[in-house]
Amino acid sequence: MKVLYFAWLKEKTGTSQEDLDLPNGVTDVAGLVAWLKGRGGGYSAAFADEAVVRVAVNQEHVDTDHKLSNGDEVAFFPPVTGG
Amino acid sequence: MIRVQEHDFDPGRELEQLTADNHAIGGVCSFIGMVRDFAGDAEISAMTLEHYPGMTEKQLEAIEKEAHARWPLDATLIIHRFGRLEPGERIVFVAAASAHREAAFEACHFLIDWLKTKAPFWKKESAPSGEHWVEAKASDDAATQRWNKP
Repeated sequence: MKVLYFAWLKEKTGTSQEDLDLPNGVTDVAGLVAWLKGRGGGYSAAFADEAVVRVAVNQEHVDTDHKLSNGDEVAFFPPVTGG
Repeated sequence: MIRVQEHDFDPGRELEQLTADNHAIGGVCSFIGMVRDFAGDAEISAMTLEHYPGMTEKQLEAIEKEAHARWPLDATLIIHRFGRLEPGERIVFVAAASAHREAAFEACHFLIDWLKTKAPFWKKESAPSGEHWVEAKASDDAATQRWNKP
């Protein structure tokens, strides 16, 4: 699957986009966040306060219990501030 | 209609085009968001807008569709810019046209309120202290919630 990071999540992870295989045992967004945090470094910094991280799967806003599959496009970003 | 673009737009021309050739329109209401030169006590010299290409268009189209489902509208327009903008520059334009003013006013207000909490844009401000990402405001969430009431 494709994982995207925007705004300060991009800066903290040092990544704007990466291709990943759904890690073993990960079934939903919360599981993926835990797995990404486990990488340490910029990833644990980016997800340190999960309450301020928003997620979209296939370009729709979702909650962290949203189920994932390998073809998904998952995006992590802060609360939006457009307009 | 929605547009996501780096360059500026001409509000007068946009309004003319939006309402041209439709004489069922009795009124059009529009809102323009602009870059301020301050944030709290800090002076802002520029702002950079990042967005999520693909999702941005999808969300703006969904917001526009929702407005048409709620009010009898003849035409709507959302333009949102991205990239580096300076104080005084236009960021966003929303407009709603209808046979009567009430629908036009309400839909215009709804479009900008929903856009602010649903469209994936992020602002980074440049101030004397450095650059920092703008934090979302609770008042924006409250403004969106208002439209969820029955």
